Amino acid sequence: MASWTGLESLNHNFLTGKLEDLVKWSREHSMWPATFGLACCAIEMMAAGAADFDLARFGMEVFRPSPRQADLMIVAGRVSQKMAPVLRQVYDQMVEPKWVISMGVCASTGGMFNNYAIVQGVDQVVPVDVYAPGCPPSPQTLMHAILTLHEKVRTGEITRRRDAAGAGAGVDLAGEVPGWTQPLERPVHIGTPR
Amino acid sequence: MGIFDDLRFFGGFKLTLKQVLEPRVTREYPKEKQPKPPRAHGRHVLNRYEDGMEKCIGCELCAAVCPADCIYVRGADNNPDAPTSPGERFGFVYEINYLRCIHCDLCVEACPTEAITESKLFEFSFTSRADAIYTKAELVVDDEGRPQHLPWEDWREGEDQHTSGWMRATAPNGAAQYEGEVQWSGELGHGVRPPEAGQSGRRDDEATGNISVRAVSRNKIPVRLGGKVR
Repeated sequence: MASWTGLESLNHNFLTGKLEDLVKWSREHSMWPATFGLACCAIEMMAAGAADFDLARFGMEVFRPSPRQADLMIVAGRVSQKMAPVLRQVYDQMVEPKWVISMGVCASTGGMFNNYAIVQGVDQVVPVDVYAPGCPPSPQTLMHAILTLHEKVRTGEITRRRDAAGAGAGVDLAGEVPGWTQPLERPVHIGTPR
Repeated sequence: MGIFDDLRFFGGFKLTLKQVLEPRVTREYPKEKQPKPPRAHGRHVLNRYEDGMEKCIGCELCAAVCPADCIYVRGADNNPDAPTSPGERFGFVYEINYLRCIHCDLCVEACPTEAITESKLFEFSFTSRADAIYTKAELVVDDEGRPQHLPWEDWREGEDQHTSGWMRATAPNGAAQYEGEVQWSGELGHGVRPPEAGQSGRRDDEATGNISVRAVSRNKIPVRLGGKVR
């Protein structure tokens, strides 16, 4: 395990605890998604950004065309084998902290395209935080996934990151990283977001 | 260049100011849900008969017809002393992978005993792949005939009453003259449900909980575009 420096060397006291809450709050409420629409799910993603559903309510109305300015990648649609390296490159170009929502069944598992051309699950390529089911997911489903991600950011830890390799959403398991952060029983407190 | 030429700058705000007076179209999802179409396809439920027996007979027709291969069923022989379903066999294992399901409802049409139907719930998301695979214990309705509420699903009041809209919209034999005929068995907690409304001009929205989505969306657009402002 690499040596952990920076914020991790601090003790967990009142000041850093409040600072951590502030950082989480700001991350939660200004998440900028990168445009990564690949198929019909992107239509629903656009609809979620439009007036009927209005992602601006969550502070994420700007879909950044540049991955350098984004911290959330919504993989919307089926990822072909040729697209997979591009997807990984876009993910690598995003700056930390970054999250991934796998939108739709094609991105999550390949869906009904169980063939040689489609990546059977985008979590083989990038680590996925939240999976949104549906073909395509309705804008409400996408917003549910976004709110679940907000919950994950709010209850998660600010310094500990996932593994760099894509190994699914369950990689940030307890007991992996030494330091002042206490490992959680589950990576996120799952509940119905309201 | 007079002062009025400079004031023309404010003319650009005319459209913005006009839009301010228009009714709001945004539906604030976490606070309220958009009404769903009458035959919306959502998460499945496994139904039970009115005496509490399970309807699934483990015939695997749903798994055979599924285009996404998301259903896994294994049947087993009923225990004659304490049968799970009224027939000879019952669904011993029943799993649906919601990260493959495309909600096409072919399983609902294929099911010979109306065991599997789809509710209207669509607001759910997972943080791990294991959560997405629903087992039989999660899919089967509870003792009051309502679908189970899992922690990552967003059920609202009364939404779990409407679990079989698409099944009741289609005649099981596919013939048009059987439209509106009740050809299905009763459900636990609900009895024999009426046919789904909306075909051939018949509407019985009170009985089925349907909402005319077109009327709702018409109410949201301005008068000058042919709508009706609430």
